[in-house]
Amino acid sequence: MCLALPALVTELLADDMALVELGGVTKEISMALVEGVAVGDYVIVHVGFALSRLDPAEAEKTLALFAELAQA
Amino acid sequence: MKYIDEFRDGRLARNIAAAIAAEVRPERRYALMEFCGGHTHAISRYGIEDLLPGNVQMIHGPGCPVCVLPIGRVDNAIWLARQPGVILCTYGDLLRVPGSARQSLLKVKAAGADVRMVYSAADSLTIARDNPDRQVVFFAIGFETTTPPTAVVIKQAKAWGLSNYSVFCNHVLTPAAIANILESPEVRELGQVPLDGFIGPAHVSTVIGSRPYEYFALEYQKPVVIAGFEPLDVLQAILMLVRQLNEGRFEVENEFSRAVTRDGNLKAQGLVAEVFELRRVFEWRGLGLVPYSALAIKEPFAAWDAERRFAIETASVPDNRACECGAILRGLKRPAECRLFGSVCTPENPIGSCMVSAEGACAAYWTYGRFRQAG
Ligand code: SF4
Repeated sequence: MCLALPALVTELLADDMALVELGGVTKEISMALVEGVAVGDYVIVHVGFALSRLDPAEAEKTLALFAELAQA
Repeated sequence: MKYIDEFRDGRLARNIAAAIAAEVRPERRYALMEFCGGHTHAISRYGIEDLLPGNVQMIHGPGCPVCVLPIGRVDNAIWLARQPGVILCTYGDLLRVPGSARQSLLKVKAAGADVRMVYSAADSLTIARDNPDRQVVFFAIGFETTTPPTAVVIKQAKAWGLSNYSVFCNHVLTPAAIANILESPEVRELGQVPLDGFIGPAHVSTVIGSRPYEYFALEYQKPVVIAGFEPLDVLQAILMLVRQLNEGRFEVENEFSRAVTRDGNLKAQGLVAEVFELRRVFEWRGLGLVPYSALAIKEPFAAWDAERRFAIETASVPDNRACECGAILRGLKRPAECRLFGSVCTPENPIGSCMVSAEGACAAYWTYGRFRQAG
């Protein structure tokens, strides 16, 4: 039950709710725990709530680190 | 899928594994505990242990919320489900957890109790609103990831003045459990669990941030690397731990910087602080009584606390004698060392809680065939 995945926010709804897309599936989830999320952001969804926003720049950095190892 | 597939690339995984193999010192052992059940699951699912040198050993920690729930609390939930007029809502993983006398929520449901599986805490609130003449109880469990959602629904229930709704709160805290493992007599006196470092939880850390681990790193002189749940994340964290150990460092490093900050999610922390307070002590399966390791509902929200509404008392019930969940949860034994593993105890017919949830060590080993090699 701890498994949670990054999902794309596609639409903000009333009452702190939003639509997210995950592998082609659309789900309605709560944004009550995160601030300042916009359409196009990725959020980590857990038991129907967004827990945090994904930072694309940090994701790139981590991937660059993996790529560096590949060349080493 | 974005942010998933690129963290599962098999070629890159072998590169990181090669870096680990090149950097480990052959004369020493690296005993690393992944605290979180999500990591246990990833390690089994992607066969990460097969990519590691023999002297890098992964020890599975107690970070599966279903696995650490004591039988006494499962019995409480079963009792609640049987009360006339009650609808008991719970996350799906809890349905098959065995309580006393081989009872489970699934069995009492089959016998007529109204037990409903919910995906989200918010669903239990909707059920309460739709059934005003019934008492709806949400059986809440989990670490810091599921606690903020429970705080949200309790606040909402109060705002709506929902008098037929309450929460049976079993939320527990990660830092308290890590401290307990590090301070357990097995670690201190017998040295049976010489843990060299920790992989810190992914999603728990999105909420609490990386700061709470700084104390462990310093106090116990153990490195901690917070890692995401994808296989490359886990491998990279292992490499970072190996490097810290080789260099004699014990710091908190964050591999999961795309989702975890030092402060964590302050909004979620604020909601949790508003609704919950520390329990003086709480029983964990496998760890026993752990001081200040769990949360209870605060006085202003007492009307939505199922423990008070139904005057619940919890007995301490020992595990099945042959079940090794306790030793497994403390990193002392591996699933294949339990003589019930895979014979009497399987995911379809679990004896202990480690076999119930996909994040439990026994279930993860069973599902992904690790038992064949470990046996
Ligand atoms: S295999 Fe079953 S009985 Fe043995 S430790 Fe695991 S859960 Fe307990």
